[in-house]
Amino acid sequence: MKPSPHNARGTKPQRLSIARIGIYVFLVVSSAFFILPLYVMVVTSLKPMAEIRLGHLFALPSSPTFEPWLTAWSSACRGLTCDGVSAGFLNSVKITLPAVTASIGLGAINGYALSFWKFRGAEFLFAVLLIGAFMPLQVFIYPLVRISSGVGLFGTLPGVVLLHICFSMPLMTLLFRNFYATIPVDLFKAARVDGAGFWVIFLHVMLPLSVPMIAVAALIQTTGTWNDYILGLIFAGSDNVPMTVLLNNVVNSQFGEKQYNVNMAATILTGLVPLILYFSSGRWFVRGITAGAVKG
Amino acid sequence: MLAMSPTALFVFGVYIGCIVWTCAISFTSSRILPNYEFVGLSQYYRLMATERWIVSVHNMVIYGIAYIGGCLIIGFLLAVFIDQKVRFENTFRTIHLFPYALSFIVTGAVWQWLFNPTMGLERALNELGLPVPGIGMLSNPHTAIYALVIASVWQGAGLVMIIMLSGLRSVDPDIWKATRVEGIPHFQTYLRIILPELHPAVLTSVVMLGIAAVKIYDLVAAMTQGGPGIATEVPAKFVMDHLFGRANVGLATAAATLMLIAVLCLLTPLLYLTYFRTRRQQ
Amino acid sequence: MSTIDIRDARVAYGAVTVLHDLNLSVDEGEFLVLLGSSGCGKSTLLNAIAGLTDLTDGQIFIGKKNVTWSEPKDRGIGMVFQSYALYPRMTVEENMSFGLRIAGMPKADVAARVARAAGILKLEQLLKRRPSELSGGQRQRVAIGRALVRDVEVFLFDEPLSNLDAKLRTELRVEIKRLHQELGNTMIYVTHDQIEAMTLADRIAVMRDGRIEQLESPEGIYARPANRFVAGFIGSPGMNFTEASIEQTDQGVRAVADDLNVDLSAYRFAGHPPDRQRIEIGYRPEHLLIGDAAREQPLQAKLTVEVTENMGADLYAWGKVGASKAVARLPTGLRIAPGSTITIGVPPEYLSVFDAATGDRL
Repeated sequence: MKPSPHNARGTKPQRLSIARIGIYVFLVVSSAFFILPLYVMVVTSLKPMAEIRLGHLFALPSSPTFEPWLTAWSSACRGLTCDGVSAGFLNSVKITLPAVTASIGLGAINGYALSFWKFRGAEFLFAVLLIGAFMPLQVFIYPLVRISSGVGLFGTLPGVVLLHICFSMPLMTLLFRNFYATIPVDLFKAARVDGAGFWVIFLHVMLPLSVPMIAVAALIQTTGTWNDYILGLIFAGSDNVPMTVLLNNVVNSQFGEKQYNVNMAATILTGLVPLILYFSSGRWFVRGITAGAVKG
Repeated sequence: MLAMSPTALFVFGVYIGCIVWTCAISFTSSRILPNYEFVGLSQYYRLMATERWIVSVHNMVIYGIAYIGGCLIIGFLLAVFIDQKVRFENTFRTIHLFPYALSFIVTGAVWQWLFNPTMGLERALNELGLPVPGIGMLSNPHTAIYALVIASVWQGAGLVMIIMLSGLRSVDPDIWKATRVEGIPHFQTYLRIILPELHPAVLTSVVMLGIAAVKIYDLVAAMTQGGPGIATEVPAKFVMDHLFGRANVGLATAAATLMLIAVLCLLTPLLYLTYFRTRRQQ
Repeated sequence: MSTIDIRDARVAYGAVTVLHDLNLSVDEGEFLVLLGSSGCGKSTLLNAIAGLTDLTDGQIFIGKKNVTWSEPKDRGIGMVFQSYALYPRMTVEENMSFGLRIAGMPKADVAARVARAAGILKLEQLLKRRPSELSGGQRQRVAIGRALVRDVEVFLFDEPLSNLDAKLRTELRVEIKRLHQELGNTMIYVTHDQIEAMTLADRIAVMRDGRIEQLESPEGIYARPANRFVAGFIGSPGMNFTEASIEQTDQGVRAVADDLNVDLSAYRFAGHPPDRQRIEIGYRPEHLLIGDAAREQPLQAKLTVEVTENMGADLYAWGKVGASKAVARLPTGLRIAPGSTITIGVPPEYLSVFDAATGDRL
């Protein structure tokens, strides 16, 4: 038994051990690696092209300018059209808002039904939904193109919104089913004893309890829909092009010398909405990931 | 029951219907327009003979292994270090996870700029005195795929970190107390007791990352467009190109079906573990 | 020689103080129980003794050596946790030997110690099993075994029986007592269950809000609780209380209330309570007498019965004495109708008188 000095009293004085220093060093270096691209993005977007050509990637702008931002927003060129990414912003909003609302609603109803109302084929349905959530989009594209043009929805806003709803529904259902599984079934039974039916229980009992889950789902789904590329590329039509598609066009189809500062400004603008959501959401974002990713 | 019928309709109609349709077309000789001339597996044989496809699969495998490996290692180290009751844990977590909130297009655009051969990272690091080969990773067909890996790991390591951290924290905290009383060193506790408990988290991570690797498209579209040459061609891009530009629907759907099978193979162990294990516990 | 000496121990987190300047001496071979409800600081105190929680101020001595800054492994203690904290992937044998193996002990010695502990705890048949294959009671014995192989002076128990069902709890309680008798080590045991405390302890430290309210043998705590809190804590059902005031008369001390006029001259006061001091009189349900015996006692009252409970071995009569709630424990077989009134009496040696304001025993 190793004793302390005879007059030891109170809290032991802390000495910073090598191991502890090592941990902090690793974390700080790693953080630098992760922040670096963000830093370079911002810094590049504020430099005039002349300064960028000098090649000092990490240097702060010596004569910062907001020109690239204005250009990116309203007059950046993609191919022959030069109207910036602002139109994309509006389109992304028009796609995201209805898609997120509807898929959360459907997911909640489905999760509720699967969780509390055991019916034949429920487990099977759920398993298929689950598998469907992971399928590569490429497997659906050809049939969907044929169907949507047949129905007249190809290249329209309702069409692309509908597709987003279809493809986000499985994950939403999974999230809500797992969430409702944590609600004591006695609550449900008590409501049934009181005489409430399917919709009454859902609207008056379950929905009010679901607010935290709705927040999490909204966060995850808004980020996912906003960041989508393929569905927007194929199904949105030239009138409803979302921001991600516009961004890719701006960055990768410029004639002549590439306007790197404009590109970076456009990139930041496109990533702004998810980033703001992320940074203001605190732990909710993490909760969403663990709810979906860590099953069971 | 009734409320789920739109979903049920959707699931059976759209999901399964589309998958079946795609698979069906892969057995025909469709080119620009679908025809229903059944040709058996000849599209699949064509695929195996198409250099572009072989290279795509090859690239996907290399990318997949490097991506999964990189994310697992970095994500795990981050989780373990952050778990050490460090100060500013929230800050560190936030910093390492934010790339996951970004679109792959955004990620691709940024890293494409960072890898710019004349004005990007390599030049800047050289100026700082660090000996980095200044060839330009992106323009070198042998290294371009690794540039993609770096960008992807930047985006995905945070996810693995969260999954691992959640696994680490789900261990009974009294076990830590017990090991302190017994005098078992920190490192040994991790190695012999905590780590073996983590295999569900590792499995989940590997499956999710693996599926993402099979599906990769956006990042390639933004960063390299499959180049230089076909050095970063990937299966998803192959499918997209042949569905639209190159107009060979039969070949494209065959490729898509193979992607589907790959994802199913990855998914099965995870599903088996979660779904059937809970069944047994009941 | 006292094995454990705690001097002026204080544990505070920022503005919140969890342990207030605690002083405690534990004798060699003693079984000390820290008893209290959640949040009273008993687990904090145990963790501080173990070295898992740092003291903000004060000192801890184990076996005459100052261990205030020592790591848990250097304090000569073994610990058993509420959730057993067994290593999930290891067999029972590996669980018990892990710490010793890591420390580099020769295999033969390790095997000998594990065998001895397994023998004492009757774990020989279970050595090759994993924790998931064991029952709660078996798991707890393995946890004890893990502490036993360490060959230490002091054992610490943190609510080890709280996760078990009632029947198992009774069985294991007896086993722990037998263990103490056989081994003779100093044991410090934390619980919120007063029955465990009363049956296992040589001394009980009743704790509340980071302070020790009373440190005494179980009999002492039961018969002469030091204050109102301890009095109400021990005993099931708890002590009955009724309010009154002191009246100092020429014939001696009396307690007076609206419906009460009691001669307290037979009660041993610690000091001399002033006239008109507000007090609370406490008496246990099991010490009540009824019928003729009741009428001979200085403290008499009328209990208006509201509900009776037949417990098989006893009968509990719940009701009111005056305005205060009260319960009496009576022999079974008595017929008492709800609404009826019975006379109860309490011998003065079973009375407790407390200051109504501070709660201290008078």
